[in-house]
Amino acid sequence: MIGTGRPEPVVTERSAAFWTGGAQGELRIARCQHCGWYAHPPLPVCPRCRRMEIRAEPVSGMGTVWSSTVNRYRFNPSIEPPYVVALVELVEQPGLRLLTNVVGCDPDDVRIGMPVHVVFERAGDAFVPVFTP
Amino acid sequence: MKAEDAVVISGIGTSAIGRRLRRDPLVLTVDAALAAIADAGLTPDDIDGVSTYPGALWSTPGITGAGVDDVRALLGLRLRWHAGGGELAGQLGSIVNAVLAVAGGLADHVLCFRTVWESTAQLDAGNRSTVLAASKRESHQWNVPYGAGYPTFGALALQRYLHDSGATREQLAQIAVVTRANAAGNPQAVYRDPMTVDDYLGARMISDPLCIYDCDVPVDGSVAVVVSRAASAAVDATTAVRIEAMSSASGWEPCAEMLWSRSRLEPADVDVAEIYDGFSIYAIHWLEALGLCPRHETGPFVEGGKRIALDGELPISTGGGQLSAGRLHGYGALLEACVQLRELGGDRQVLPRPEVAVVTSGAETFTSCLLLTR
Repeated sequence: MIGTGRPEPVVTERSAAFWTGGAQGELRIARCQHCGWYAHPPLPVCPRCRRMEIRAEPVSGMGTVWSSTVNRYRFNPSIEPPYVVALVELVEQPGLRLLTNVVGCDPDDVRIGMPVHVVFERAGDAFVPVFTP
Repeated sequence: MKAEDAVVISGIGTSAIGRRLRRDPLVLTVDAALAAIADAGLTPDDIDGVSTYPGALWSTPGITGAGVDDVRALLGLRLRWHAGGGELAGQLGSIVNAVLAVAGGLADHVLCFRTVWESTAQLDAGNRSTVLAASKRESHQWNVPYGAGYPTFGALALQRYLHDSGATREQLAQIAVVTRANAAGNPQAVYRDPMTVDDYLGARMISDPLCIYDCDVPVDGSVAVVVSRAASAAVDATTAVRIEAMSSASGWEPCAEMLWSRSRLEPADVDVAEIYDGFSIYAIHWLEALGLCPRHETGPFVEGGKRIALDGELPISTGGGQLSAGRLHGYGALLEACVQLRELGGDRQVLPRPEVAVVTSGAETFTSCLLLTR
Protein backbone atom coordinates (compact mmCIF):
# COMPACT_ATOMS: atom_id res chain seq x y z
CA MET A 1 0.00 0.00 0.00
CA ILE A 2 2.96 2.31 0.40
CA GLY A 3 4.07 0.87 -2.91
CA THR A 4 6.33 2.75 -5.27
CA GLY A 5 6.45 5.91 -3.13
CA ARG A 6 8.40 4.26 -0.32
CA PRO A 7 11.66 6.10 0.39
CA GLU A 8 14.73 3.99 -0.21
CA PRO A 9 16.70 3.26 2.97
CA VAL A 10 20.32 4.32 3.23
CA VAL A 11 22.10 0.97 3.23
CA THR A 12 25.26 0.91 5.34
CA GLU A 13 27.60 -1.89 6.32
CA ARG A 14 25.75 -2.20 9.62
CA SER A 15 22.25 -2.12 8.15
CA ALA A 16 22.81 -4.05 4.90
CA ALA A 17 21.73 -7.45 6.25
CA PHE A 18 18.41 -6.02 7.43
CA TRP A 19 17.60 -4.18 4.20
CA THR A 20 18.76 -6.87 1.75
CA GLY A 21 17.92 -10.19 3.48
CA GLY A 22 14.55 -10.11 1.77
CA ALA A 23 16.26 -11.00 -1.52
CA GLN A 24 16.55 -14.50 -0.01
CA GLY A 25 13.21 -14.18 1.75
CA GLU A 26 14.94 -13.80 5.11
CA LEU A 27 14.42 -11.28 7.91
CA ARG A 28 17.90 -10.87 9.37
CA ILE A 29 18.38 -9.40 12.84
CA ALA A 30 21.66 -8.58 14.56
CA ARG A 31 22.48 -11.14 17.25
CA CYS A 32 25.28 -11.43 19.78
CA GLN A 33 27.21 -14.59 19.05
CA HIS A 34 28.36 -14.78 22.66
CA CYS A 35 25.12 -14.44 24.68
CA GLY A 36 22.50 -14.84 21.95
CA TRP A 37 20.84 -11.44 22.49
CA TYR A 38 19.08 -9.86 19.50
CA ALA A 39 19.17 -6.07 19.08
CA HIS A 40 17.38 -3.85 16.57
CA PRO A 41 18.44 -1.44 15.19
CA PRO A 42 21.77 -3.29 15.00
CA LEU A 43 24.58 -2.12 17.26
CA PRO A 44 28.31 -2.86 17.01
CA VAL A 45 28.39 -3.96 20.66
CA CYS A 46 25.99 -6.23 22.51
CA PRO A 47 23.97 -4.05 24.93
CA ARG A 48 23.60 -7.02 27.31
CA CYS A 49 27.09 -8.59 27.56
CA ARG A 50 29.11 -5.82 25.85
CA ARG A 51 30.95 -8.25 23.56
CA MET A 52 31.51 -7.31 19.95
CA GLU A 53 30.73 -10.60 18.22
CA ILE A 54 27.59 -9.39 16.46
CA ARG A 55 26.23 -11.12 13.35
CA ALA A 56 22.96 -10.80 11.48
CA GLU A 57 20.97 -14.05 11.67
CA PRO A 58 17.73 -15.08 9.98
CA VAL A 59 14.71 -15.11 12.32
CA SER A 60 11.30 -16.70 11.84
CA GLY A 61 9.64 -13.48 10.67
CA MET A 62 6.76 -14.18 13.06
CA GLY A 63 5.60 -11.58 15.56
CA THR A 64 2.70 -9.73 17.14
CA VAL A 65 1.61 -6.12 16.92
CA TRP A 66 2.81 -4.33 20.10
CA SER A 67 1.31 -1.01 19.07
CA SER A 68 0.05 0.50 15.85
CA THR A 69 -1.19 3.74 14.37
CA VAL A 70 -2.99 4.69 11.17
CA ASN A 71 -1.08 7.64 9.75
CA ARG A 72 -3.51 10.18 8.28
CA TYR A 73 -1.03 12.96 7.70
CA ARG A 74 1.28 13.28 4.71
CA PHE A 75 4.59 13.10 6.54
CA ASN A 76 6.41 12.19 3.37
CA PRO A 77 5.46 13.76 0.04
CA SER A 78 5.86 10.43 -1.76
CA ILE A 79 3.72 8.30 0.57
CA GLU A 80 -0.06 8.50 0.24
CA PRO A 81 -1.94 8.25 3.58
CA PRO A 82 -3.57 6.41 5.23
CA TYR A 83 -1.11 3.65 6.11
CA VAL A 84 -0.25 1.68 9.22
CA VAL A 85 2.96 2.19 11.17
CA ALA A 86 3.43 -0.40 13.89
CA LEU A 87 5.83 -1.71 16.45
CA VAL A 88 5.97 -5.46 15.87
CA GLU A 89 7.47 -7.63 18.60
CA LEU A 90 9.25 -10.65 17.18
CA VAL A 91 8.62 -14.07 18.71
CA GLU A 92 12.36 -14.66 19.21
CA GLN A 93 12.77 -12.37 22.23
CA PRO A 94 10.48 -10.35 24.56
CA GLY A 95 10.84 -6.65 23.82
CA LEU A 96 12.52 -7.20 20.43
CA ARG A 97 10.46 -4.67 18.46
CA LEU A 98 10.72 -3.34 14.93
CA LEU A 99 9.22 -0.13 13.64
CA THR A 100 7.50 -1.25 10.46
CA ASN A 101 4.31 -1.14 8.41
CA VAL A 102 1.42 -3.57 8.54
CA VAL A 103 0.14 -4.22 5.03
CA GLY A 104 -2.34 -6.49 3.27
CA CYS A 105 -5.36 -5.65 5.43
CA ASP A 106 -7.73 -2.77 6.14
CA PRO A 107 -5.71 -0.26 8.23
CA ASP A 108 -8.56 -0.03 10.72
CA ASP A 109 -8.45 -3.79 11.33
CA VAL A 110 -4.96 -3.80 12.87
CA ARG A 111 -5.09 -4.58 16.59
CA ILE A 112 -2.55 -4.83 19.40
CA GLY A 113 -1.65 -8.50 19.94
CA MET A 114 -2.51 -9.47 16.35
CA PRO A 115 -0.18 -12.17 14.95
CA VAL A 116 1.70 -11.02 11.84
CA HIS A 117 4.49 -12.31 9.63
CA VAL A 118 7.13 -10.64 7.53
CA VAL A 119 6.86 -9.87 3.83
CA PHE A 120 9.13 -7.65 1.77
CA GLU A 121 8.47 -4.58 -0.33
CA ARG A 122 11.01 -3.25 -2.79
CA ALA A 123 12.42 0.27 -2.46
CA GLY A 124 15.22 0.74 -4.97
CA ASP A 125 17.75 -2.00 -4.31
CA ALA A 126 16.40 -2.65 -0.80
CA PHE A 127 13.88 -5.23 0.39
CA VAL A 128 12.01 -3.40 3.15
CA PRO A 129 10.66 -5.78 5.82
CA VAL A 130 6.96 -5.14 6.52
CA PHE A 131 4.35 -7.36 8.17
CA THR A 132 0.97 -8.80 7.26
CA PRO A 133 -1.67 -10.76 9.18
CA MET B 1 23.66 21.00 52.04
CA LYS B 2 22.49 20.15 48.59
CA ALA B 3 23.27 22.29 45.53
CA GLU B 4 19.66 23.45 45.21
CA ASP B 5 19.83 25.19 48.62
CA ALA B 6 22.56 27.55 47.38
CA VAL B 7 20.45 29.11 44.64
CA VAL B 8 17.18 30.82 43.81
CA ILE B 9 15.43 31.74 40.58
CA SER B 10 15.74 35.51 40.95
CA GLY B 11 14.13 36.66 37.72
CA ILE B 12 11.92 35.55 34.84
CA GLY B 13 11.23 37.08 31.44
CA THR B 14 9.89 36.43 27.97
CA SER B 15 9.96 37.91 24.52
CA ALA B 16 6.82 38.23 22.46
CA ILE B 17 5.44 34.72 21.93
CA GLY B 18 3.32 33.77 18.95
CA ARG B 19 2.82 32.23 15.55
CA ARG B 20 4.74 33.52 12.54
CA LEU B 21 6.28 36.50 14.33
CA ARG B 22 8.98 36.80 11.63
CA ARG B 23 11.35 38.31 14.18
CA ASP B 24 15.07 37.66 14.41
CA PRO B 25 15.52 34.91 17.02
CA LEU B 26 18.50 36.80 18.44
CA VAL B 27 16.17 39.73 19.13
CA LEU B 28 13.64 37.40 20.78
CA THR B 29 16.46 36.06 22.94
CA VAL B 30 17.69 39.50 23.99
CA ASP B 31 14.13 40.64 24.76
CA ALA B 32 13.63 37.70 27.13
CA ALA B 33 17.11 37.99 28.65
CA LEU B 34 16.81 41.70 29.44
CA ALA B 35 13.34 41.17 30.91
CA ALA B 36 14.58 38.40 33.20
CA ILE B 37 17.68 40.35 34.27
CA ALA B 38 15.56 43.41 35.08
CA ASP B 39 13.02 41.27 36.94
CA ALA B 40 15.87 39.95 39.07
CA GLY B 41 16.87 43.52 39.94
CA LEU B 42 20.16 43.06 38.13
CA THR B 43 21.91 44.55 35.11
CA PRO B 44 23.76 42.65 32.36
CA ASP B 45 27.00 43.59 34.16
CA ASP B 46 25.94 41.31 37.03
CA ILE B 47 25.51 38.25 34.80
CA ASP B 48 28.61 36.04 34.93
CA GLY B 49 27.14 32.79 33.61
CA VAL B 50 24.97 31.66 30.68
CA SER B 51 23.24 28.31 30.27
CA THR B 52 20.99 27.09 27.48
CA TYR B 53 19.54 24.15 25.59
CA PRO B 54 20.46 23.32 22.86
CA GLY B 55 22.38 26.46 21.91
CA ALA B 56 23.98 27.00 18.53
CA LEU B 57 23.19 23.54 17.27
CA TRP B 58 21.10 22.85 14.21
CA SER B 59 18.64 19.99 14.18
CA THR B 60 15.21 20.92 12.81
CA PRO B 61 14.24 24.38 11.54
CA GLY B 62 13.73 26.96 14.25
CA ILE B 63 14.30 24.57 17.16
CA THR B 64 17.04 26.85 18.46
CA GLY B 65 17.45 30.58 18.13
CA ALA B 66 20.70 31.59 19.81
CA GLY B 67 23.87 30.15 21.25
CA VAL B 68 25.69 31.02 24.46
CA ASP B 69 28.29 33.01 22.60
CA ASP B 70 25.65 34.96 20.68
CA VAL B 71 24.21 36.13 23.98
CA ARG B 72 27.63 36.93 25.40
CA ALA B 73 28.39 39.12 22.41
CA LEU B 74 24.95 40.75 22.14
CA LEU B 75 24.78 41.76 25.81
CA GLY B 76 28.51 42.36 26.29
CA LEU B 77 28.64 39.85 29.13
CA ARG B 78 31.79 39.00 31.06
CA LEU B 79 31.33 35.29 31.64
CA ARG B 80 33.08 33.14 34.22
CA TRP B 81 31.07 30.06 33.25
CA HIS B 82 28.85 29.04 30.35
CA ALA B 83 27.37 25.90 28.85
CA GLY B 84 24.94 24.94 26.13
CA GLY B 85 24.23 21.80 24.20
CA GLY B 86 21.77 19.25 23.00
CA GLU B 87 22.85 16.33 25.13
CA LEU B 88 21.63 17.64 28.46
CA ALA B 89 19.22 16.02 30.89
CA GLY B 90 16.17 17.29 29.03
CA GLN B 91 15.56 20.96 28.36
CA LEU B 92 15.67 21.75 32.08
CA GLY B 93 19.12 20.18 32.18
CA SER B 94 20.23 23.74 31.38
CA ILE B 95 18.82 24.78 34.79
CA VAL B 96 20.48 21.82 36.49
CA ASN B 97 23.79 22.93 34.99
CA ALA B 98 23.27 26.51 36.18
CA VAL B 99 22.47 25.36 39.72
CA LEU B 100 25.65 23.28 39.81
CA ALA B 101 27.72 26.18 38.48
CA VAL B 102 26.47 28.56 41.16
CA ALA B 103 26.67 25.99 43.95
CA GLY B 104 30.17 25.09 42.80
CA GLY B 105 31.30 28.71 42.97
CA LEU B 106 31.87 29.19 39.26
CA ALA B 107 29.24 31.91 38.85
CA ASP B 108 26.86 34.07 40.90
CA HIS B 109 24.11 34.97 38.41
CA VAL B 110 23.47 32.63 35.51
CA LEU B 111 21.22 33.69 32.65
CA CYS B 112 19.34 30.61 31.42
CA PHE B 113 17.33 30.76 28.21
CA ARG B 114 15.49 28.79 25.56
CA THR B 115 14.61 30.33 22.19
CA VAL B 116 12.45 28.75 19.51
CA TRP B 117 11.28 30.17 16.18
CA GLU B 118 9.82 27.05 14.61
CA SER B 119 6.64 28.76 13.47
CA THR B 120 8.49 31.24 11.28
CA ALA B 121 11.21 28.79 10.22
CA GLN B 122 8.63 26.31 8.99
CA LEU B 123 7.31 28.85 6.49
CA ASP B 124 10.38 28.15 4.39
CA ALA B 125 11.79 24.85 5.49
CA GLY B 126 8.71 22.74 6.15
CA ASN B 127 7.73 21.20 9.47
CA ARG B 128 9.79 18.85 11.62
CA SER B 129 8.30 15.75 10.08
CA THR B 130 8.95 16.76 6.50
CA VAL B 131 12.53 17.49 7.48
CA LEU B 132 12.73 14.03 9.03
CA ALA B 133 11.26 12.53 5.87
CA ALA B 134 13.97 14.14 3.74
CA SER B 135 16.77 13.20 6.13
CA LYS B 136 19.65 11.01 5.02
CA ARG B 137 20.94 10.67 8.58
CA GLU B 138 21.65 7.05 9.34
CA SER B 139 19.66 7.06 12.58
CA HIS B 140 16.57 8.28 10.71
CA GLN B 141 16.78 5.48 8.19
CA TRP B 142 15.04 3.07 10.52
CA ASN B 143 11.98 5.38 10.41
CA VAL B 144 11.95 7.15 7.04
CA PRO B 145 11.26 4.15 4.77
CA TYR B 146 8.18 3.39 6.87
CA GLY B 147 6.68 6.88 6.56
CA ALA B 148 7.02 7.61 10.28
CA GLY B 149 6.93 11.24 11.45
CA TYR B 150 7.52 12.62 14.94
CA PRO B 151 3.82 12.27 15.88
CA THR B 152 3.96 8.60 14.89
CA PHE B 153 5.88 7.90 18.08
CA GLY B 154 3.39 9.83 20.21
CA ALA B 155 0.60 7.89 18.51
CA LEU B 156 2.22 4.50 19.13
CA ALA B 157 2.75 5.39 22.80
CA LEU B 158 -0.83 6.63 23.19
CA GLN B 159 -2.28 3.57 21.45
CA ARG B 160 -0.36 1.27 23.78
CA TYR B 161 -1.41 3.33 26.80
CA LEU B 162 -5.10 3.06 25.84
CA HIS B 163 -4.62 -0.71 25.52
CA ASP B 164 -2.75 -1.19 28.80
CA SER B 165 -4.84 1.16 30.94
CA GLY B 166 -8.33 0.80 29.54
CA ALA B 167 -8.58 4.60 29.46
CA THR B 168 -10.75 6.14 26.75
CA ARG B 169 -10.03 9.05 24.42
CA GLU B 170 -13.06 10.77 25.88
CA GLN B 171 -11.51 10.64 29.37
CA LEU B 172 -8.05 11.73 28.22
CA ALA B 173 -9.52 14.56 26.10
CA GLN B 174 -9.64 16.56 29.34
CA ILE B 175 -5.89 17.11 29.20
CA ALA B 176 -6.29 19.15 26.02
CA VAL B 177 -9.63 20.66 27.04
CA VAL B 178 -8.57 21.84 30.51
CA THR B 179 -5.25 23.06 29.20
CA ARG B 180 -7.09 25.15 26.60
CA ALA B 181 -9.37 26.59 29.27
CA ASN B 182 -6.27 27.62 31.24
CA ALA B 183 -4.78 29.26 28.15
CA ALA B 184 -7.76 31.63 28.04
CA GLY B 185 -6.31 33.34 31.11
CA ASN B 186 -2.80 33.64 29.63
CA PRO B 187 -2.42 36.65 27.30
CA GLN B 188 0.74 35.09 25.80
CA ALA B 189 -0.92 31.77 24.89
CA VAL B 190 -1.39 31.20 21.14
CA TYR B 191 -4.69 29.26 21.24
CA ARG B 192 -7.19 30.70 23.71
CA ASP B 193 -10.61 29.88 22.27
CA PRO B 194 -12.60 27.41 24.39
CA MET B 195 -12.58 23.74 23.35
CA THR B 196 -15.04 21.01 24.30
CA VAL B 197 -14.66 17.26 24.55
CA ASP B 198 -16.78 17.02 21.38
CA ASP B 199 -14.37 19.39 19.62
CA TYR B 200 -11.54 17.07 20.66
CA LEU B 201 -13.30 13.89 19.58
CA GLY B 202 -14.22 15.47 16.23
CA ALA B 203 -10.76 16.88 15.57
CA ARG B 204 -8.56 15.96 12.63
CA MET B 205 -6.61 12.77 13.20
CA ILE B 206 -2.88 13.04 12.65
CA SER B 207 -2.02 9.45 13.40
CA ASP B 208 -4.71 7.37 15.16
CA PRO B 209 -5.40 7.74 18.05
CA LEU B 210 -3.40 10.98 18.15
CA CYS B 211 -5.41 13.99 16.98
CA ILE B 212 -4.30 17.53 16.26
CA TYR B 213 -5.15 18.61 19.84
CA ASP B 214 -2.79 15.98 21.26
CA CYS B 215 0.13 17.72 19.54
CA ASP B 216 1.82 20.86 20.82
CA VAL B 217 1.99 24.00 18.71
CA PRO B 218 5.19 25.30 17.12
CA VAL B 219 5.70 28.95 18.03
CA ASP B 220 8.29 31.71 18.06
CA GLY B 221 9.45 32.98 21.41
CA SER B 222 12.11 33.06 24.06
CA VAL B 223 11.96 32.48 27.80
CA ALA B 224 14.76 33.40 30.20
CA VAL B 225 15.32 32.98 33.92
CA VAL B 226 18.17 34.01 36.17
CA VAL B 227 19.60 31.47 38.60
CA SER B 228 21.33 33.43 41.37
CA ARG B 229 23.34 32.68 44.47
CA ALA B 230 20.74 32.75 47.24
CA ALA B 231 23.09 34.63 49.56
CA SER B 232 23.67 37.42 47.03
CA ALA B 233 22.82 40.85 48.40
CA ALA B 234 21.11 41.67 45.10
CA VAL B 235 18.45 38.97 45.47
CA ASP B 236 14.98 40.02 46.59
CA ALA B 237 13.90 37.19 48.86
CA THR B 238 10.24 38.18 48.60
CA THR B 239 10.04 37.38 44.89
CA ALA B 240 12.73 34.68 44.60
CA VAL B 241 11.61 31.16 43.77
CA ARG B 242 13.43 28.35 45.60
CA ILE B 243 14.54 25.14 43.96
CA GLU B 244 13.56 22.49 46.47
CA ALA B 245 14.90 19.64 44.34
CA MET B 246 16.14 18.92 40.85
CA SER B 247 16.56 15.72 38.89
CA SER B 248 18.66 14.83 35.90
CA ALA B 249 18.05 11.08 35.73
CA SER B 250 17.37 9.51 32.36
CA GLY B 251 13.85 8.15 31.91
CA TRP B 252 10.44 9.16 33.26
CA GLU B 253 10.40 6.94 36.36
CA PRO B 254 14.10 7.28 37.32
CA CYS B 255 13.83 11.04 36.88
CA ALA B 256 10.81 11.28 39.17
CA GLU B 257 12.39 8.93 41.69
CA MET B 258 15.55 11.03 41.86
CA LEU B 259 13.50 14.20 42.34
CA TRP B 260 11.65 12.81 45.37
CA SER B 261 14.89 11.39 46.78
CA ARG B 262 16.25 14.93 47.06
CA SER B 263 13.32 16.34 49.02
CA ARG B 264 11.24 15.62 52.09
CA LEU B 265 8.19 16.76 50.15
CA GLU B 266 5.89 14.15 48.62
CA PRO B 267 3.59 14.00 45.60
CA ALA B 268 0.65 14.97 47.82
CA ASP B 269 2.40 18.28 48.60
CA VAL B 270 2.33 19.45 44.96
CA ASP B 271 -0.05 22.37 44.41
CA VAL B 272 0.46 22.83 40.65
CA ALA B 273 1.99 20.51 38.04
CA GLU B 274 3.56 22.11 34.99
CA ILE B 275 4.21 18.91 33.11
CA TYR B 276 5.81 18.54 29.72
CA ASP B 277 3.13 18.04 27.08
CA GLY B 278 4.88 17.87 23.72
CA PHE B 279 2.23 15.24 23.07
CA SER B 280 -0.60 14.70 25.54
CA ILE B 281 0.68 11.17 26.18
CA TYR B 282 3.89 12.67 27.59
CA ALA B 283 1.83 14.55 30.18
CA ILE B 284 0.20 11.24 31.13
CA HIS B 285 3.57 9.52 31.53
CA TRP B 286 4.85 12.37 33.72
CA LEU B 287 1.74 12.43 35.94
CA GLU B 288 2.11 8.73 36.61
CA ALA B 289 5.91 8.68 36.93
CA LEU B 290 5.79 11.46 39.53
CA GLY B 291 3.20 9.57 41.54
CA LEU B 292 0.67 12.39 41.10
CA CYS B 293 -1.71 9.79 39.70
CA PRO B 294 -1.51 5.98 40.11
CA ARG B 295 -0.08 4.01 37.18
CA HIS B 296 -2.59 3.47 34.36
CA GLU B 297 -5.24 5.53 36.17
CA THR B 298 -4.91 8.87 34.41
CA GLY B 299 -8.15 8.20 32.50
CA PRO B 300 -10.42 8.14 35.55
CA PHE B 301 -8.17 10.73 37.28
CA VAL B 302 -8.74 13.40 34.63
CA GLU B 303 -12.27 12.36 33.64
CA GLY B 304 -14.64 15.34 33.67
CA GLY B 305 -11.67 17.68 34.07
CA LYS B 306 -12.51 19.05 37.52
CA ARG B 307 -9.56 17.50 39.34
CA ILE B 308 -6.93 19.05 37.02
CA ALA B 309 -8.65 22.43 36.50
CA LEU B 310 -7.34 25.68 38.02
CA ASP B 311 -9.62 25.21 41.04
CA GLY B 312 -9.12 21.45 41.25
CA GLU B 313 -6.95 19.38 43.57
CA LEU B 314 -4.09 19.21 41.06
CA PRO B 315 -4.09 21.98 38.45
CA ILE B 316 -1.92 21.10 35.44
CA SER B 317 -0.44 23.25 32.67
CA THR B 318 -2.00 26.34 34.22
CA GLY B 319 -0.81 28.69 31.47
CA GLY B 320 -2.03 26.48 28.63
CA GLY B 321 0.97 24.17 28.35
CA GLN B 322 2.64 23.49 25.05
CA LEU B 323 -0.67 22.17 23.68
CA SER B 324 -2.34 25.60 23.76
CA ALA B 325 0.25 28.19 24.83
CA GLY B 326 2.90 26.91 22.43
CA ARG B 327 6.03 24.79 22.22
CA LEU B 328 8.47 26.79 24.36
CA HIS B 329 10.10 23.44 24.95
CA GLY B 330 10.25 22.99 28.71
CA TYR B 331 10.86 26.64 29.51
CA GLY B 332 7.18 27.55 29.16
CA ALA B 333 6.40 25.17 32.02
CA LEU B 334 9.28 26.58 34.09
CA LEU B 335 8.07 30.12 33.51
CA GLU B 336 4.49 29.23 34.42
CA ALA B 337 5.56 27.53 37.67
CA CYS B 338 7.38 30.72 38.71
CA VAL B 339 4.39 32.85 37.68
CA GLN B 340 2.07 30.77 39.86
CA LEU B 341 4.40 30.70 42.88
CA ARG B 342 4.79 34.49 42.66
CA GLU B 343 1.05 35.03 42.20
CA LEU B 344 1.51 36.78 38.85
CA GLY B 345 -1.03 34.59 37.06
CA GLY B 346 -3.86 37.11 36.71
CA ASP B 347 -6.95 35.38 35.33
CA ARG B 348 -5.26 32.00 35.50
CA GLN B 349 -3.82 32.34 39.00
CA VAL B 350 -4.36 29.30 41.21
CA LEU B 351 -5.71 30.38 44.60
CA PRO B 352 -4.75 30.25 47.34
CA ARG B 353 -1.27 30.95 46.02
CA PRO B 354 0.55 27.63 45.43
CA GLU B 355 3.48 26.78 47.65
CA VAL B 356 4.89 23.84 45.70
CA ALA B 357 5.14 23.42 41.92
CA VAL B 358 6.60 20.55 39.96
CA VAL B 359 8.04 21.19 36.50
CA THR B 360 9.10 18.49 34.05
CA SER B 361 10.76 18.49 30.68
CA GLY B 362 11.45 16.01 27.94
CA ALA B 363 10.41 12.46 27.21
CA GLU B 364 11.69 8.88 27.00
CA THR B 365 15.37 8.95 28.04
CA PHE B 366 15.74 12.73 27.65
CA THR B 367 14.28 13.95 30.95
CA SER B 368 14.68 16.36 33.82
CA CYS B 369 12.43 17.87 36.46
CA LEU B 370 12.36 20.48 39.21
CA LEU B 371 10.43 20.94 42.41
CA LEU B 372 9.97 24.65 43.10
CA THR B 373 8.74 26.45 46.21
CA ARG B 374 8.32 30.06 47.17
